[in-house]
Amino acid sequence: MKKIRPIVSVLTSFFALATTSALAVAAPGMTVGFIYVGPKTDYGYNQAHAQGAAVIAKLPGIKVREEEMVPETVAVQKTMESMINLDGAKLIFPTSFGYFDPHILKEAGKNKDVTFLHCGGLYTEGKHPTNVGSYFGYIDEAEYVAGVVAGLSTKSNKLGFIAAKPIPQVLRNINSYTLGARSVNPKVTTTVIFTGDWSMPVKEAEAASSLIDQGADVLTAHVDSPKVIVELAERKGVFVTGYHANQSALAPKGYLTGAEWNWGKVYTSYIEMIQAGKPWPHLLRGGLKEGFVKVSPYGKAVSAAAKKKADDAKAKFMAGTMVVYKGPLKDNTGKVVIPAGVEHKQTDIALESMNYLVEGVVGKTQ
Amino acid sequence: MSLGASVDPNAAGGPAMPGPPGAIPPPASPVGRGAPRTAPIVEIREPLGARLVGAMAAPTLAIFSALLLFGVFVAITGRNPVAVYYQMYRGSFGTWFSFQNTLLRAAPLMLTALATALPLRLGLVVLGGEGSMVIGGLAAAAAAMAARDHGPNGMKLAMLLSGALVGGLWMATAGALRAYRGVNETIATLLLNYIAIALLNHIVEGPLRDPASLNKPSTPPIGDDNMLGNVPGLDVHWGLAWGLFACVAAWVLMNRTTFGFAARMVGGNVRAALLNGLPVGRLFVITTLIGGACAGLAGSIEVAAIHGTANASLVTGYGYTGVLVAFIARGNPLAVIPVAVLLGGIGASGGLLQRVFDLPDATVNVLQGILFICILFSETFNGRAPAFLRRAARSDAKTVAAPEVEMVAPADAKTAVPADAKTAVPAVLGGGG
Repeated sequence: MKKIRPIVSVLTSFFALATTSALAVAAPGMTVGFIYVGPKTDYGYNQAHAQGAAVIAKLPGIKVREEEMVPETVAVQKTMESMINLDGAKLIFPTSFGYFDPHILKEAGKNKDVTFLHCGGLYTEGKHPTNVGSYFGYIDEAEYVAGVVAGLSTKSNKLGFIAAKPIPQVLRNINSYTLGARSVNPKVTTTVIFTGDWSMPVKEAEAASSLIDQGADVLTAHVDSPKVIVELAERKGVFVTGYHANQSALAPKGYLTGAEWNWGKVYTSYIEMIQAGKPWPHLLRGGLKEGFVKVSPYGKAVSAAAKKKADDAKAKFMAGTMVVYKGPLKDNTGKVVIPAGVEHKQTDIALESMNYLVEGVVGKTQ
Repeated sequence: MSLGASVDPNAAGGPAMPGPPGAIPPPASPVGRGAPRTAPIVEIREPLGARLVGAMAAPTLAIFSALLLFGVFVAITGRNPVAVYYQMYRGSFGTWFSFQNTLLRAAPLMLTALATALPLRLGLVVLGGEGSMVIGGLAAAAAAMAARDHGPNGMKLAMLLSGALVGGLWMATAGALRAYRGVNETIATLLLNYIAIALLNHIVEGPLRDPASLNKPSTPPIGDDNMLGNVPGLDVHWGLAWGLFACVAAWVLMNRTTFGFAARMVGGNVRAALLNGLPVGRLFVITTLIGGACAGLAGSIEVAAIHGTANASLVTGYGYTGVLVAFIARGNPLAVIPVAVLLGGIGASGGLLQRVFDLPDATVNVLQGILFICILFSETFNGRAPAFLRRAARSDAKTVAAPEVEMVAPADAKTAVPADAKTAVPAVLGGGG
């Protein structure tokens, strides 16, 4: 088999003569690389980022190069290097949470002239290279609004939540969703099932079926791609609220609303700052007010009353007056997790190590 | 002894027990094979160079046909196949950076491929490289925590040793179940993969979780100073050297030792091996232990050289790609090296295809699939075409040995075992999908 390489190289260099025109890399302007951990048409996490990439691809002077299905291994380091060395990328958005440590940190150390912007909000001043930045959104605000809609749409007062792992980000979404629902309908409970990983379509479908069998009539999810769950809910005739991206096309009847990312806005503002040569913030966050996240347009099944309550909640977020986590707040074992008189605003760092499920959630964090 | 009973399923499952006595390589004669059969073998043996060319002609042709078919596929999607070939070359071998990228991706594949390649020589079809790798990585991270006080070298040694040991024991479980309880090793190793991943998730999210790893549960980091570095002069970690070393060592073990001879004899014909008093069960266990140790080593290298911690990112699929490598290499540990480099190169070029041509990621899987099918198909010609030609020539010359030659020819290429293995491959594909 050792013979193959020389033969391949002879052939390909022959072809190369014929095809050099097809290879001209990067016209003047900036090449921006996007790396996704899953397929960019997953109706979920990756699609939300790909939509953001599509927005900036239209900006003048920007050339976008995308690569999907890149695992969180040395492969992503090589993809970054390949984008830098072969595509001439100067700005890279490695979008999966797991890309940060060690992969982005290592590449940022090696390529000082390239900017790495990561989704997840992990940047620590002084600890991490200065060509790294991280951004994230308070998507639990949109979950809260979706919870309001769910709480007023359910007839069984049982909501079903399919989640990947009991980590703070996920717990916060489950809690905000439940608090939103219970703010308008205190009888509501949310039953949560953890599948154990970010992309487990079979388990997600099983969990969805099981929740429907237990009487849940509104489902939602925090997994990389809620596609199967949304489709299954529609087939079984229950409501669903979406996550990550807009899934209404998958469930025209039962899609109530959803919590969506709005990365196009975030990416555009980064590009504007970088193109203008202005310093960009290393840690960038925002919620509904800042336009980092949005609520899907309400579906046909949403009542006027539910729309009104949801819009009210949204208006409070937009005004910055909404506090979701305030005492007294008990977890679902009866323990007080936030004492009376204590308020945690959305930006409060204490919320980022959340390890409890609030009262009204049926499920365990372990 | 229950050995005989447990061995039977294999005899039934491997329809291509190669024409039993004839398939045992020439050195078998001292063990009791009749002398008359050696005569035709000697008669048709060609010089080493010619045999090497013969053995490489089929796969080389297969690779070219695969590339050609892939070109057709690419053309159907509306891209210029020639430009695609060029980008693939550029992304895999065309620049020094690309070639190092290829080697880096090939390194773990060499080790995980051995996990399947070694048992294959005994006629065992093992799919457990993934599980052994994951559990080996977990063991390495745990060992790093335990060996914290023993300095960087102590920690590295502890990680590599415990990864290999635990990965080996993990797969040896399946080997032992096969040997002493007749449990199908293919299914057992496949299921052990799922158990290993579940165990990893449980331990990483529970007992060994670093409290600081909030949104990505991981074990405590081992620290930059305690990590495996790069091979001098290369941007590739030491895993590559381990992979090359393991492949060569495995080849020596299988082709130049009595252990390897016994193992290949079991692969050629289990009953004959039993009749000759070979400890078949023990060979099963030891070989799966060694194979699992290679995959476990791959896992500990992932932790020690790349991640610096154990977490869900250890589940990479290298174990399954390793199965592909092992089958394309026909279970030959030395052939694993170029095949791993080839697949590493395909992986390395995949990103460029996506970025330049906007082809979906699955394009690379399509190429791998076409490649696999072409190589399997070429196997049907392997050894046969020359034998056919020879027979034609011989019948012209009115030689009498023709029927004997037909049966012996595959053994001539020293591939008694893979001859068995290759027929098992479609079953693997169908079942493992």
